Amino acid sequence: MLGQIFVLLCLSSAWAQQLCMPEASDGYKVRLSINTALGDQAYVWNENEMFLFRATLAFAMRSYSGGQDYNVSNIVVCAETPRVSFWFVVTAPLNSSRLIDRSDVEEAVRKSRNRINSAFLLTDRSLEFIGIPPILTAPVTPDTPQWLIVFGVVMGAVGAGIVVLLVTSVVEKKRKKNKKSGDEDIEEEPREKTEGNGFARDGVYNMSFSDDDPVTQM
Amino acid sequence: MGKTKDSGVEERPKWDNKVQYLLTCIGFAVGLGNVWRFPYLCQIYGGGAFLIPYLIALVFAGLPLLYLELAIGQRLRMGSIGVWTSISPLLGGVGIASMLVSFLVGIFYNTILAWVLWYFFHSFQNPLPWSQCPLNDNLTGYNVECVKSTPSNYFWYRETLNVTPDIETSGSLHWWLVICLASAWFVVYVCFIKGIASIGKAVYVTATFPYLVLTVFLIRGLTLPGATDGLLYLFTPDWEILKNPQVWLDAFTQIFFSLSLAFGGLIAFSSYNPERNNCERDAILVGVINSATSIYASISIFSILGFKATTAFNSCVKENILALTNHFEFSDQNITADKYDHWVEYLNRTSPGELASVDLRHCDLQTFLDQSASGTGLAFIVFTEAVVEMPGSQIWAILFFVMLFTLGLSSMFGTIEGILRPIKDLKLMPKWMPNELRTAVICSIAFLTALIFTMGSGNYWVEVFNSYAGSVPLLIIAFFEIIGVIYGRGMKTFSEDIYFMTGKRPNIFWKACWMVISPVMLLVVLVAYVGIQAQTHPSYHAWNPAYELFPKTEMKPYPDWVFAIIVLLCVLPLISIPLVALYQLVRSRIKRSSALVVLNPYCNDGFEVEPQEQKNQRA
Repeated sequence: MLGQIFVLLCLSSAWAQQLCMPEASDGYKVRLSINTALGDQAYVWNENEMFLFRATLAFAMRSYSGGQDYNVSNIVVCAETPRVSFWFVVTAPLNSSRLIDRSDVEEAVRKSRNRINSAFLLTDRSLEFIGIPPILTAPVTPDTPQWLIVFGVVMGAVGAGIVVLLVTSVVEKKRKKNKKSGDEDIEEEPREKTEGNGFARDGVYNMSFSDDDPVTQM
Repeated sequence: MGKTKDSGVEERPKWDNKVQYLLTCIGFAVGLGNVWRFPYLCQIYGGGAFLIPYLIALVFAGLPLLYLELAIGQRLRMGSIGVWTSISPLLGGVGIASMLVSFLVGIFYNTILAWVLWYFFHSFQNPLPWSQCPLNDNLTGYNVECVKSTPSNYFWYRETLNVTPDIETSGSLHWWLVICLASAWFVVYVCFIKGIASIGKAVYVTATFPYLVLTVFLIRGLTLPGATDGLLYLFTPDWEILKNPQVWLDAFTQIFFSLSLAFGGLIAFSSYNPERNNCERDAILVGVINSATSIYASISIFSILGFKATTAFNSCVKENILALTNHFEFSDQNITADKYDHWVEYLNRTSPGELASVDLRHCDLQTFLDQSASGTGLAFIVFTEAVVEMPGSQIWAILFFVMLFTLGLSSMFGTIEGILRPIKDLKLMPKWMPNELRTAVICSIAFLTALIFTMGSGNYWVEVFNSYAGSVPLLIIAFFEIIGVIYGRGMKTFSEDIYFMTGKRPNIFWKACWMVISPVMLLVVLVAYVGIQAQTHPSYHAWNPAYELFPKTEMKPYPDWVFAIIVLLCVLPLISIPLVALYQLVRSRIKRSSALVVLNPYCNDGFEVEPQEQKNQRA
């Protein structure tokens, strides 16, 4: 009796193992890069971690199928390597010789990808399911593109600068016009004295000949 | 400060102090080319060895021409048109040619500043938009064009320029580039509102800020890993390169275009100086600072590029390690980067067949260092990629683009002055127009003309203008300038001018350069330049996603109508030289003036011009 049970168990595990092989049509390869992702905080991959993986995958199948009783035993794993990588297949909860379709497994994994990743403190890149592309999150685009805000600020400052400078120059001109109508003659000579040499006072400056206006004014 | 008398005649503007003048000239000379053209030339022409032809060109051609322009402007106290008309009315066309070239260069140069502004506006985001690829339309993967090239390439060619596959397809006006271009022109206008009064203040910032940023980048760059590789690569001299005539040609053209000669801007700026100012010292100062800035900038740039090459090399090795680990199912992180070569050797010995089946990239630091780029490619693709790898990328990006903007803006000042001053001198605009309005009109015309660069094919047109409008015409104008001053005005008169201004006559070195060496060098370079351009049908690099070798750019020849426009761009500014000479000859013949030889409009029997007066003064 015991012997028969033993043989049955061996056969079933062998049968299960036969279901799972590398390049199985309904299986997926999983690859973990724990050291790359976690560095010093990396944990060692052992049987317990593998058990957790099978459990999370069973959880994923349960969530996807709406409550069907998937168990750890339904997730069959094989071809484990030191990488860490392995193949897995999923058997149906009631009939352990029937494999769940590839597409169903894929959908289940995609739906619960986040939960699976966080169970292992990994990301889509360090916990890879070969053949299941990671879900791409579109970057958040705010309503007004950010660059327009910066543009608005800069242009506002420049526009304000233009307005201020134009207004001050108009005001200055008006003030000068009022001043000039008062004392025009007095200002003529001193201006000629100071306009010739701005800052370099080399040489002798002869006031009777100013080089500024080669054309004599009428 | 431009004061206006009631009669409407304007006073000549003046610099507030010498520092403003020097900073403006330095800012004009130091431009984008110092940062993105010189390091590239240094790199491809054997590093340290390139400095030899560069410095020879500076001493024998650059400095003499610079001194000439500053001296003649300061002496004759007029903008480019007035100066050449003073020397001889036949030469008036040289001034008009300078003005036209300044206009053509100004419009495309400010477009580059518009691009810099665009990148600056986008540097305030986290993560930087050129660091990752956007998703494609149905969110299943990344955008194909981006994946095939790189995110920075994609951001530059697609999101910024939205470039068409060739120059014939114009595409439409891109609104985002139009508003960036408008911003750039507004900034130029706000600095130019009061003429040199406002420029003189603006240059305190625009001329000095780039040096600050270059220093910050230098310090940051030198602390990054791989910086020394970049610097060694840049400066390792390859003496063989000196035998290649192309090197000498490029060294000369780099000095010439870098000093912004023949634009008319330098003449205008020095004309606002007081009469007795030591322009010899100014010229040497500006020239030396310009070259020193080029070398300083290349150190900064290349330390960053060395870092970039090292990062690329490391990620290449990491990729290979990952491929090997995945294929051979080794434990994760078993192969480290420094043991990579040992592992490859070991695998080659034990299982060569398997090793061959793994798709390994060839990782060579030299190849990454060799990926040189100049011009917009360096700034907007290569450097932005480097910035992404640096911690705190937003700050570095912002600093970098503000530096580029201030570099370009200070050069724009000189270019715009080269347009505005001749327009004032020619009295093309009515007298009642205040200066501010005149500047606004010119900026608006330039903005509207530059809208062609905001179309899909805009980048290709900027290349056309850069290569043809801003090259040969300048060389020819400079040649006429030096001939006009030395042989038209006369070496003797010019020496007297310089004695009047600086208190000492030019020494034998300057005389030899002006009379023989510089004109000969200019002529040789002009002939060689045109000869080399004429040998191959001009072609351009097109960004064509449908190209088989994409992401490499496709080399396409310019179509005939573009070629006609190229010829027009070269000829149009220069046509004014013979036209004006002809016009003056015809006019003087009509007047039947016996003073045909003198042709000096200011020569009036009752009033002799300066040289006589000076002789009387000194005697």
